[in-house]
Amino acid sequence: MPYTKDKPSLPETSEQLRARIPGWGADLDPADRPSGSRERFDPGATGAHWDVPQQQPQRLPRERSIEHGRLTPVFGTAQPLHGPSGAVRRYAYRRFSEGRLAHWLLLVLGDRMETAEARMRSYVSRRPDNPLAETGLIGEFRSHGLRSRAGRVDRRHQLLDLVVVAGPTLLRIGIVTLLVRRVVRAVVKVARSTPDPSRPLSRGDSR
Amino acid sequence: MQAMVYRGPYRIRVEEKDVPAIEHPNDAIVRVRLAAICGSDLHLYHGMMPDTRIGHTFGHEFVGVVHEVGSSVQNLRVGDRVMVPFNIFCGSCFFCARGLYANCHNVNPNATAVGAIYGYSHTTGGYDGGQAEYVRVPFADVGPSVIPDWLGDEDAVLLTDAGPTGYFGAQLGGIVEGDVVVVFGAGPVGLFAARSAWLMGAGRVIVVDHLQYRLDLARSFAFAETLNFVEVDDVVLELKRLTDWLGADVAIDAVGAEADGNLLQHITAAKLKLQGGSPIALNWAIDGVRKGGTVSVLGAYGPTPSLVKFGDALNKGLTIRGNQCPVKRQWPRLLDHVKNGYLRPSDIVTHRFPLEHIAEAYHTFSAKLDGIVKPLVTVSGA
Ligand SMILES: NC(=O)c1ccc[n+]([C@@H]2O[C@H](COP(=O)([O-])OP(=O)(O)OC[C@H]3O[C@@H](n4cnc5c(N)ncnc54)[C@H](O)[C@@H]3O)[C@@H](O)[C@H]2O)c1
Ligand SMILES: [Zn+2]
Ligand SMILES: [Zn+2]
Repeated sequence: MPYTKDKPSLPETSEQLRARIPGWGADLDPADRPSGSRERFDPGATGAHWDVPQQQPQRLPRERSIEHGRLTPVFGTAQPLHGPSGAVRRYAYRRFSEGRLAHWLLLVLGDRMETAEARMRSYVSRRPDNPLAETGLIGEFRSHGLRSRAGRVDRRHQLLDLVVVAGPTLLRIGIVTLLVRRVVRAVVKVARSTPDPSRPLSRGDSR
Repeated sequence: MQAMVYRGPYRIRVEEKDVPAIEHPNDAIVRVRLAAICGSDLHLYHGMMPDTRIGHTFGHEFVGVVHEVGSSVQNLRVGDRVMVPFNIFCGSCFFCARGLYANCHNVNPNATAVGAIYGYSHTTGGYDGGQAEYVRVPFADVGPSVIPDWLGDEDAVLLTDAGPTGYFGAQLGGIVEGDVVVVFGAGPVGLFAARSAWLMGAGRVIVVDHLQYRLDLARSFAFAETLNFVEVDDVVLELKRLTDWLGADVAIDAVGAEADGNLLQHITAAKLKLQGGSPIALNWAIDGVRKGGTVSVLGAYGPTPSLVKFGDALNKGLTIRGNQCPVKRQWPRLLDHVKNGYLRPSDIVTHRFPLEHIAEAYHTFSAKLDGIVKPLVTVSGA
């Protein structure tokens, strides 16, 4: 019982478990486990044959956390910063340490900006975004979307999930439709109000 | 080459990219044979990780063949079949020298609070990942290992993250003989954590999830008792009831940032991105473990704050441990266990998608359709 000093008894003894479960107790000694001690000073174990790694050449200016005293010897070169989102991200790195919430919120802002930039650019590229293919929705049909969801806790917010996934696209389509309608209407209006020069002036007309 | 590419939240496609080049004398270029999608990739896919850039190639679980090596590489040769830990690490900094391979100081200029990971946003260093035909592998003498002949690609790819991470999580729990261990999450990581708890002498292992098909696997693969949290009104109370009102000795969070089960937490974190992660499982772990117990955190959380019940953790005198898994540190022992037949990592593989169909793979894995547990990505052009 829990209100006495003894540990509650287990349904199976160690011997029973050893017989039932392959490898039970193979790492029984807590001191003899690969990560049993958190830190284990053993610089020779890693395969490194340098004290300080050689510096990877920096071909483009590389943003870095100001909590680093230097650019690290090795770094990733994928997707260098560019455009307005790049400016926001660069500022986040240069101005705020990782300890500041502003650092991360600006990076998140940069993410959303870059998504919008990429979407715009895609529409004028040779390979526009294809929301249906890119969201992998075919999986819904090939993998029993409805049946798979029965009895799960996430059913409660599935509608919201749809808004999160499709919302931005629908919003963009909405805005573009509104803009296009405005432009079309304005053009029509201008066209209508421009007097037809072939038509002779009638009385009420004034030029 | 063909590569998976991020196009914004919930959107990916395959694009033609340049084959990566050697950028440092200790780099190698690896031709990928097989990759996998990890629960962590879903956090990127959902747009939760700050500084995830358009055009980024994800993928930190992959095996392949060495295609090219830099001038200072000594331990690998072109043609070697290699497995690559998800961590990028130098082997010589303060942290690497102490075995903290996941926390290397020399590879991630973008942040000091996290190490470098393949294909895991710029917050972890800005390296393109392995869901592609080729990948740049820095510190080729330190990270990758030649795959032993007796080990197949499918087992090997599961040893680049999910397997070692679960094994590591059980170690962080400091399990001693007879301990009651509760594991939150029956994904690949949770399943391996549950299975590993037995290796360390657990007396009972209970796995919690809401996906019944995964709980079934927790029974058959991990020999665990299961608790489906849709079926109970109050998970913590149920755990207390199951453990003679003491709580478990050790709780392992193998869920992370997008935990479900509390609408407010889930929506503010996973959907509105107002928190670094939704700590539902973490809070259940804190409340479900016994006083003086240990909470091992494997589930990933973002760098912004989360609503964690720290007061309970303090008042209960808990030990909380977590880290990204230092994968290579686990290999020698874990490979022994695999060789001895104590576990076969590929047992949890349910789906294999060709790289061309990776958008479907992500959606299926993200929405947890069709009984998916672990999806692999086959790279055929290679
Ligand atoms: N620390 C590391 O080194 C490391 C390595 C790999 C993965 N991870 C992290 O581990 C986590 C799990 O990874 P995975 O590949 O198994 O992912 P996964 O998405 O396949 O599994 C997560 C599981 O948690 C379940 N779940 C959701 N809410 C829950 C709750 N409140 N209680 C219990 N279960 C709940 C889901 O139904 C799902 O089965 C992720 O956060 C991932 O980022 C960490
Ligand atoms: Zn992972
Ligand atoms: Zn290092």
